[in-house]
Amino acid sequence: MTISKDEVLYVAHLARLEIHDEEMDKLASQTDDILSYVAELKKADTENVDPTAQSLSLVNRLREDEPGETLGSENAVKNSADHYDGMFVVPKVVKG
Amino acid sequence: MELFELSIAEAREKLDKKEISSFELTQSVFSRIDDVEKKLDAYITICREDALQAAQEADKRIASGETTPLLGIPVSVKDLICTKGVKTTCASKILKDFVPPYDASVVEALKKDGAVITGKVNMDEFAMGSSTENSAFKITRNPWDTSRIPGGSSGGSAVSVAADMCLLSLGSDTGGSIRQPASHCGVTGFKPSYGRVSRYGLVAFASSLDQIGPFTKTVEDAAIAMNTIAFHDPKDSTSYPDASPDYTSYLEKGMKGVKVGVIKEYIEAEGIDPEVSAAVKNSLEVYKSLGAEIVEVSLPHTKYAVPAYYVIAPSEASSNLARYDGVRFGFRAESEDLLEMYQETRSSGFGAEVKRRIIIGTYALSAGYYDAYYGQAQKVRTLIAEDFKKAFEKADILLSPVTPEPPFKIGEKNDDPLTMYLSDIFTISANLAGIPGISIPCGTAGGNLPVGLQLMAPAFEEGKILKAGYNFQCETAFHKNKPVL
Repeated sequence: MTISKDEVLYVAHLARLEIHDEEMDKLASQTDDILSYVAELKKADTENVDPTAQSLSLVNRLREDEPGETLGSENAVKNSADHYDGMFVVPKVVKG
Repeated sequence: MELFELSIAEAREKLDKKEISSFELTQSVFSRIDDVEKKLDAYITICREDALQAAQEADKRIASGETTPLLGIPVSVKDLICTKGVKTTCASKILKDFVPPYDASVVEALKKDGAVITGKVNMDEFAMGSSTENSAFKITRNPWDTSRIPGGSSGGSAVSVAADMCLLSLGSDTGGSIRQPASHCGVTGFKPSYGRVSRYGLVAFASSLDQIGPFTKTVEDAAIAMNTIAFHDPKDSTSYPDASPDYTSYLEKGMKGVKVGVIKEYIEAEGIDPEVSAAVKNSLEVYKSLGAEIVEVSLPHTKYAVPAYYVIAPSEASSNLARYDGVRFGFRAESEDLLEMYQETRSSGFGAEVKRRIIIGTYALSAGYYDAYYGQAQKVRTLIAEDFKKAFEKADILLSPVTPEPPFKIGEKNDDPLTMYLSDIFTISANLAGIPGISIPCGTAGGNLPVGLQLMAPAFEEGKILKAGYNFQCETAFHKNKPVL
């Protein structure tokens, strides 16, 4: 086994996902199948091979720092479930 | 012949000669949608009123003597490409009511050209899947056999073109999501080189792999669509800076002296349906008869392509999808405090496949596993790209199947994500290497199910594919077959 149920729970927590008990068995076994399969990668000889982050050989793209069009705060918050005066409103951060 | 059956090239000629109006053409497309949509469920949002208005505006421009490639042409758009004022859901509960405040650059280009946007089409949630069964809203059906999947993730795009519910559809391809559904639905699906088409306004899945491209009825139409959607876009920092050529200039007959490479590892791959193999072999004969030279090439790291992809894509996805936390857009779950809000929103907003990939990606990027998974996958990606470079020293284009088997029955592979992943074997490498690929119809299997032929070329040499695909369609009639609905 590559990944245990506890590890699945831990990783889910890192990703801010809650896994319900009824999902757990299936999710853990499928995740384990997939991770065992991709572990095949370890067999590839990659000594002295550079990693590829993306396929274009472009480097940083710079431009003049000139103001352009913006959405405006009213448009930017329009899709939020809760907003006030151009700001996002969220529930309290600290319990208690 | 009904107007909705026209190709873009045919419609363009009739529109410019004023034999038909865009309004008539668009009405014809909507009457087709009215007839077949309930059987196929290709669309998530239909924009009838806006489309008819856009068609009338296109007619005014045509009347004043204007012509642009897509002026007055009905186009559907995959529901992960942002459309200002029109819902863009990514087929996810978490974006069910998301209305973008801006247009994606490709949509802006369509509108500037005077194209008529018919609506937003179905897909696997966040483009994760190969069957369109992962949509949170509906299951799209294959028009050739409605008990079967249309492929994915751009299933709605492929079906909307195959069933004449638009003349062009824009989809996206991260590991085969344009080519595979095009193969399964018997249409032309073109994935340009990474960077060729702007990703600005494309909801990100795996940013180093995602690419927008056209679904069309012919290769000629794909070239026409590319002339509108391929340009350098300063809003996308991975947009290719060189000017795009006139893609229709590659549509010329003659394959003499062109070296067509057959990939040894793909031919020898296990589990290829014999009828798929036969259709691909037959395509080789077509190219031989046109004077092409057939050469064998090797991509020795092929066996690592699927594993590398299923580390890299979920890793990038886990990072990209962190933004769906209920704060700035999309669904928000009721909750007492912020952490609970994040968890509840994400847990009830995402579907099973998306959660699975977020977990795989988060694991692959987490402390202690990064080097073994993500780091190693990125190195393997280099090896795969080098394989292609070597192959293209021997061959001008590469020819292969798109997918090992014809489309399966809806529900058949629901509980088996890994088997579903393995069917991406022939398409995934092009994304890892950033090269262009196309699927064009080349035969049938299992009765009348379409089989696609994949052609690939070096990065930014799309013209070689368009030329080879055009020549194939001049010689064969597979692309003219239509499903009976």
